[in-house]
Amino acid sequence: MALNLFRKKVAEAAADIEAASLRSDQFRLEREGDWQRLETIVEALEKGRLGRIADDDLLELPVLYRKAASSLSVARETSLDAATLAYLESLVRRAWFQVYGPRSSLFAWARRFLGGGWSASVREIWLDICIALFAMISGTVVGYLLVASDRGWYYSLVSGGMAGGRQPGASREELAETLASTENADGLGMFAAYLFSNNSAVCIMAFALGFCFGIPTLLLLVYNMALLGAMLWLFADAGLTWEFAAWLSVHGTTELGAILLSGAAGMHIGRSMAFPGRRSVLSAAAASGRRAAQVMAGCVLMLVVAGLLEGYARQLLPGAGPRAIVGGLFLAGWVFYFLLMPRPRDHGTEDAP
Amino acid sequence: MSSASVTNRLRSSQLRRQRELVTPEGLSLPLTIASRGARVGALLLDLIIIALSVVALVLLLLAFGTNMATIGSGEVGGAVEFLVVILIMLTFLARYGYFLFFELGPRGATPGKRIMGIRVAARDGGRLTAEAVIARNLLRDVEVFLPATYLLSGEAEQGVMGVAAFVWLMCFVLFPVFNKDRLRAGDLVAGTWVVEASRVKLAEAMSTAPDRSRDFRFGEEELSVYGEHELQVLEGVLRQDNSEAMHEVMLAICNKIGWEAGAGHEREFLEAFYAALRAHLERNMRFGKRKADKFS
Repeated sequence: MALNLFRKKVAEAAADIEAASLRSDQFRLEREGDWQRLETIVEALEKGRLGRIADDDLLELPVLYRKAASSLSVARETSLDAATLAYLESLVRRAWFQVYGPRSSLFAWARRFLGGGWSASVREIWLDICIALFAMISGTVVGYLLVASDRGWYYSLVSGGMAGGRQPGASREELAETLASTENADGLGMFAAYLFSNNSAVCIMAFALGFCFGIPTLLLLVYNMALLGAMLWLFADAGLTWEFAAWLSVHGTTELGAILLSGAAGMHIGRSMAFPGRRSVLSAAAASGRRAAQVMAGCVLMLVVAGLLEGYARQLLPGAGPRAIVGGLFLAGWVFYFLLMPRPRDHGTEDAP
Repeated sequence: MSSASVTNRLRSSQLRRQRELVTPEGLSLPLTIASRGARVGALLLDLIIIALSVVALVLLLLAFGTNMATIGSGEVGGAVEFLVVILIMLTFLARYGYFLFFELGPRGATPGKRIMGIRVAARDGGRLTAEAVIARNLLRDVEVFLPATYLLSGEAEQGVMGVAAFVWLMCFVLFPVFNKDRLRAGDLVAGTWVVEASRVKLAEAMSTAPDRSRDFRFGEEELSVYGEHELQVLEGVLRQDNSEAMHEVMLAICNKIGWEAGAGHEREFLEAFYAALRAHLERNMRFGKRKADKFS
């Protein structure tokens, strides 16, 4: 239908060319059929109706785009018709957006992402991962030592709601109770979903704060891990170190991994802006931002897994042994995936700094 | 007078937002950076859309939930829990997925941006990648949602720390005010910018009107009074086709070139003058002589 309509227009235009008295208008009338053909294609592309476009049209899109582009540069030198120039500029811009728009569908992107794009980006920011890991470990140690020296610190580090029954002075049994598994799965799905959405928000924050040269990210990491260190002291004091570690490891290896990666991604941006090297700050930030974004998309995925593990697996698995095994397996799985997954073949051209 | 100064200010703001973008083919494309007003408007529209859809969803789920409660079987706990899970996940998606989904689409714009006629583009003229869209939208968290929750939660009055936090957050919020490309922090990190995506319809060709060069003959001297700017103003007047405006313009032109202005036939006179003036200016243009306006 649309195609027929459009053919008619071309025929009309052809008859009019002789009537135009100005050379620049003749130039325009000769070419406006092509321009309008390009416009219909671009319009269909913008609306996402690929099915409506004839195969011929789609094949000719690059040719039509170049024709319109060269018409524009000729018209700029020979025509004073402001309306036509404005139309051509807008048309070429729209066509350019379609030719150079985000081409990969979400599905194709996800396939490439899981098939190595993610692990390659993770390997690229290894230095930042080391820095973030150092911050996290020192945060834990600081938290542990602070509480060991003065119990008052526990209350300022761990807020009331989070502590639950876990307080200094609680008996060994009370503490062990907080680590116990539950018999049925009622309410756990809700818990898992809540944990996921909450943890993702923390991770995204850690990433986004990296923008300020990474310092807020480091502070956030240290603070959150000091909290963990304080809890660790509490359980170690009651002689439950192994049980606590196993309880934490079920989801902790995945969740802390995600926090580590998001912190590192934030650091990566901050570091490349502070030390851009030979590039301008803007282009350094853009290059590292894209790499870090890929890491971050993976973090959200890891947090989905961590939320499920924390909500279901940890509450249902009895005993420290099985918990430690599940946690250890996940840790090994992530490490191997990041280290060994090769980057997809066409990846290098787009992300090269 | 004031309307003239307003148009002047508008024009100069437009000029300041003009950028040249060189495509990989080496063609330079003019782009206009979206104004801050348009971007704030687009953001507000998007937030309203998100808020409305979340509210609608909660109401829908509530209706479902009460229905299930009235059925009153042992499954109620599980079903309600399932609904809450869906609710939590969808709120998460509304916060992070909405912008991602729409900006990854073929228009590169959320519904709010589309209404305001703007879109996201890569700053280097290359392809807009999925990673760039993800990066710019993750930083939106610090720029929009964090200050909003901070201000709404009422934790804003806590002495020195409160002021420090406020200043810190304002650094992000006001970031686009302090650079000439109107980049927000997310744009900077992702290597994107937001530009106007106007859609212009192809207007009728001007010189297909009946040829009147025999009724009105303009000499070389009469045509060399005006330049390209006046030609474009005249083009606008002709396209608007307002008889009063055309009469005034005709009087002004006749006055300038020393003709006796007659009544009636304004359009015919102006069309003939437009065609003659354009032919004259374009001929000079082909010889490399351009005349920007009547003063040059």
